[in-house]
Amino acid sequence: MDYSYTVLILLLPFLSFLVLGVFGKFMSHRTSGLIGTLTLTVVTLLCYYTAYTYFTAPRTAEGTYAVITAFNHQWLPFFIGGLSFDIGCMLDPISVMMLVVVGTVSLAVHVYSFGYMHGERGFQRFYAFLSLFTMSMLGLVVATNIFQMYLFWELVGVSSYLLIGFYYTKPAAIAASKKAFIVTRFADLGFLIGILIYGYYCGTFSFDFEGNADKIAAGAAMLPTALLLMFVGGAGKSAMFPLHIWLPDAMEGPTPVSALIHAATMVVAGVFQVARMYPLWIEYAPNTLHIVAYVGAFTAFYAAVVACAQTDIKRVLAFSTISQIAFMMVALGVCTEYVTGHSHPGSVGYMAAMFHLFTHAMFKACLFLCAGAIITIVHDNEMAAMGGMRKYMPITHITFLICCLSISGIPPFSGFFSKDEILAGCFAFSPVMGWIMTLIAAMTAFYMFRLYYGIFWGTENVKYHAEIQPHECPATMTVPLIFLAAVTCVAGFIPFGHFVSADGMSYDIHLNWSVAGTSIVIALASIGLATYMYKGSTQPVADKLAARFSTLNKWAYHRFYIDEVYQFVTHRIIFAHISKPVAWCDKHIVDGFLNGLASGSHRLSYLIRGFQSGEVQQYAYVFLIGALAIVLLLII
Amino acid sequence: MDYSQFLYMHEELALLLVIVVMFIYDLVVCTDRKDGKPVLNTAVPVVLMTLLTIFNAIPECWYLPSCAPVEEAFGGMYQHTPMMTVMKTVLNIGTLIVFLMAHRYLSRDENRVKQGEFYILTMSTLLGMYFMISAGHFLMFFIGLELASVPMTALVAYDKWRATSAEAGAKYILVALFSSSLLLYGVSMIYGATGTLYFDDIAARLDGNLLNILGLVFFFTGLAFKISLVPFHLWTADVYEGAPTVVTSYLSVISKGSAAFVLLTILVKVFAPMIQQWQDILFWIIILSITLANIFALRQNNIKRFMAFSAISQAGYLVLGVIAGTAQGMTSLVFYLLVYLAANLGAFAVINSIEQNSGKINISDYNGLYQTNPKLSFLMTLCLFSLAGIPPFAGFFSKFFVFMAAFHQGFHLLVFIALVNTIISLYYYLIIVKAMYINPNDAPIATFRSDGYTRCALFLCTAGVLLLGIASCVYDSIDALSYGIDVQLPSVISSCCGL
Repeated sequence: MDYSYTVLILLLPFLSFLVLGVFGKFMSHRTSGLIGTLTLTVVTLLCYYTAYTYFTAPRTAEGTYAVITAFNHQWLPFFIGGLSFDIGCMLDPISVMMLVVVGTVSLAVHVYSFGYMHGERGFQRFYAFLSLFTMSMLGLVVATNIFQMYLFWELVGVSSYLLIGFYYTKPAAIAASKKAFIVTRFADLGFLIGILIYGYYCGTFSFDFEGNADKIAAGAAMLPTALLLMFVGGAGKSAMFPLHIWLPDAMEGPTPVSALIHAATMVVAGVFQVARMYPLWIEYAPNTLHIVAYVGAFTAFYAAVVACAQTDIKRVLAFSTISQIAFMMVALGVCTEYVTGHSHPGSVGYMAAMFHLFTHAMFKACLFLCAGAIITIVHDNEMAAMGGMRKYMPITHITFLICCLSISGIPPFSGFFSKDEILAGCFAFSPVMGWIMTLIAAMTAFYMFRLYYGIFWGTENVKYHAEIQPHECPATMTVPLIFLAAVTCVAGFIPFGHFVSADGMSYDIHLNWSVAGTSIVIALASIGLATYMYKGSTQPVADKLAARFSTLNKWAYHRFYIDEVYQFVTHRIIFAHISKPVAWCDKHIVDGFLNGLASGSHRLSYLIRGFQSGEVQQYAYVFLIGALAIVLLLII
Repeated sequence: MDYSQFLYMHEELALLLVIVVMFIYDLVVCTDRKDGKPVLNTAVPVVLMTLLTIFNAIPECWYLPSCAPVEEAFGGMYQHTPMMTVMKTVLNIGTLIVFLMAHRYLSRDENRVKQGEFYILTMSTLLGMYFMISAGHFLMFFIGLELASVPMTALVAYDKWRATSAEAGAKYILVALFSSSLLLYGVSMIYGATGTLYFDDIAARLDGNLLNILGLVFFFTGLAFKISLVPFHLWTADVYEGAPTVVTSYLSVISKGSAAFVLLTILVKVFAPMIQQWQDILFWIIILSITLANIFALRQNNIKRFMAFSAISQAGYLVLGVIAGTAQGMTSLVFYLLVYLAANLGAFAVINSIEQNSGKINISDYNGLYQTNPKLSFLMTLCLFSLAGIPPFAGFFSKFFVFMAAFHQGFHLLVFIALVNTIISLYYYLIIVKAMYINPNDAPIATFRSDGYTRCALFLCTAGVLLLGIASCVYDSIDALSYGIDVQLPSVISSCCGL
């Protein structure tokens, strides 16, 4: 099978970016939107076609899907036969799955933005950046080597920065975009150091771990360090505690961007990276992998607690995203038993993480797009401005409900299946981890339904609604919602383990009914609790609880003051005690040296001006002395 | 005698023919006009030079790929390699640009009577350089050198009614004689040590004794004078300042370039066994030239004196290609020269144009030039940036290649010093840019339109500055013809530059 056409998957969005970026100014909104969307439709269809041909192709003799390098161009060679930077396209189960995820969500967002961004200034720029982002994300997932991944990793960071700061007249948006870029970039420093350690000790950047097994084994001693440093980069992108602080602020960007970048695709890059390096983790650093699980579990818990107290609907969704990505990290982290040849309960986590990544991308994107639809109507992010919206926006209401049920883990929606696998993996790792994650799953159901009731039921802001007259959104916005909700309904029935598993073998997902049953019961109980507290037009229980635990509520509302800690550390400690002395050195010592050089040259030039006397006799003397000096130089 | 040997000299013969045609044209065609003063059409020498360039360059393309072996004529007195043709073509192009620039200057009243002289003298020096380049024998080389020097004196003193020009001519001839005599002295020592003056035979008989060293040093000083390397450079500033600007530009590029190329070919061919010694000499000479010239350039206000020191410093960079002594060094030298030719002649074209139209030759007069002559200022900026070696202009690439050539031969410290000096040079080039764009001036030089020939010259130079670096085929085709000493170094540095 020839996959060389996959080069188009990267090139088309890039061309679209160039065309829209350069000529966008001369186009109407409609033309530029159509160019972006049509290009992406082609790309998405290509992704689907790739996935279809890849997964229907016969498996290899070992029962795995063949890893195919569609093309690999040597870009910058360092040494002959040694390290080199390559750009290429590698197809294996997880990259093909990611192609489908990125293509689908990106296409939905492109269509949706037609309605959402209608009449905005910089419409063309928006589509140009979306194309750039899509190209970068696709390049990231099909990377053939870790350096290409890093390159596109930074490119998605840049596109994210550009899109968060899209409303560049809003100071909050600018601050958020800078924060996102700096925090993730800081984390990427770890990633880069990890890559360099890996490249230095193992002598390869390639993801072809089997082909380079000898080289990698030679650097085995340094691999845990390298992998952990790479995970730091992944934790930054995927908003793991304590590097999560940028994601809630990133909600300042346009909502379709939040759906695409900060819910479905870019933020799971960290998960994807750990999954990509998984063969190395499991072989050389199984114990270090536990760190990933613990970081994930803490983040999931922390984000769930904070989400319960937020009132801005996009922030609730942002913390929910952090929590759900942490679920995926936990799933990878608990996947520490790996037996080739037959599927073992301990190795279910890898599959579960990828499955959850897939389902989560669909329903979380849908939730964000629903939130965007509501925000365009209400012109406000706060729940206080909403309530009772179900009457005005029936389609949004139903799709939002489906996705809420899915994220809460109610069958038959997709989230149930993937979350159940994660919980099964956790229980196989240790019962404590299993129960903790079940508890967090219950909290998920609670805060999601708090959000749902707060928007669509609860206390209606009648006065405000009379003023703005809410109504349903145009078809360009509702169609993507319906599409994603439909995917959410059916995605759970995909035999995912057949396509993606830790050892590459086909794996049948059997529901572990003791785990599944418990989680369903607990989720239903949480939903019931949320219904009891938030459905009515007055909420006496919720208010009483908030008053009772006012300190906890306040701390959770302020996200446990993590941002303030960062402010303190950076401004009071780093800026004051490190940056200032360094700046002083730069100003007085480095600049002083150069200034001294300059004034020294001037003074010297003044001193030796006598050489240039204009006397031709003297010229002859110097000439002769010069010649003799050279002779002396050579003889001595 | 086998007269067919003259055919090997077809380039020199063609140039001689051009000179003769020019001479007859000057004598016959332009005797009388209404005002009784002869007026020579600038197009004639320009077309003749263009034809000559084409005639020389085109046949060479036929055997470019095969890199024809050395051809000899007259028992080895005359030698010819494809690289020499490339070099002569480069010189031709430079001369052509100088002719284009000179139009306005030569049509001034006081010069109209002697226009023909200018062309014939310039072409005579060019013929001398041709012989210098193609010489296979020290006497042949010496005749070429003198043929390049003596008419040059006349050119320097072309404005003989102007005291500075006459003085510059006197200084030039005196220093030239002095250096020639030293060179001849050195050649006599080489003859004494080896018993021959044929380039082919000398290398095998050199053994590095004191007599050889003296011969090498005195020979070197003769060429160092032409290239104006420190400490043999003192004449440069006075002569550059006094000579007419077009002659200065010719001196700074063509005369210097041919000497640098000859220095490389002779060091590589004749003094190959003494590579250690001449690399030692060049090492110190380069450091001195680049650094001292830079320091002097900082304080100049007269733009021609300024360009003189800039040219000395550039000569230092040029010789970086010589010190390598390898084929790579030769490529980088010829390429550097080509780029330097475009940038320096471009800058001189602007300077000359301003001088001819306003009579101003001080840097402080350039204040506010951008307001009145934005296009000229912009072209000047391009050329200065290229001279300073700022990417993406060609000057960056040419500097990069000479640095690489020297670096590959292990001259790390030297390259580092040269790099530091590029920063200083950037400073003084930027002084002029600053004067043109930023410095305020109540009475800037008035707006004027350059004549068509100058525009043509400026176009050629700008195209060179912009394209030579990017069009890698130029470097590659020069590289295909280069040769040098194959120096094997124990430490291989090339691996880290695998880009």
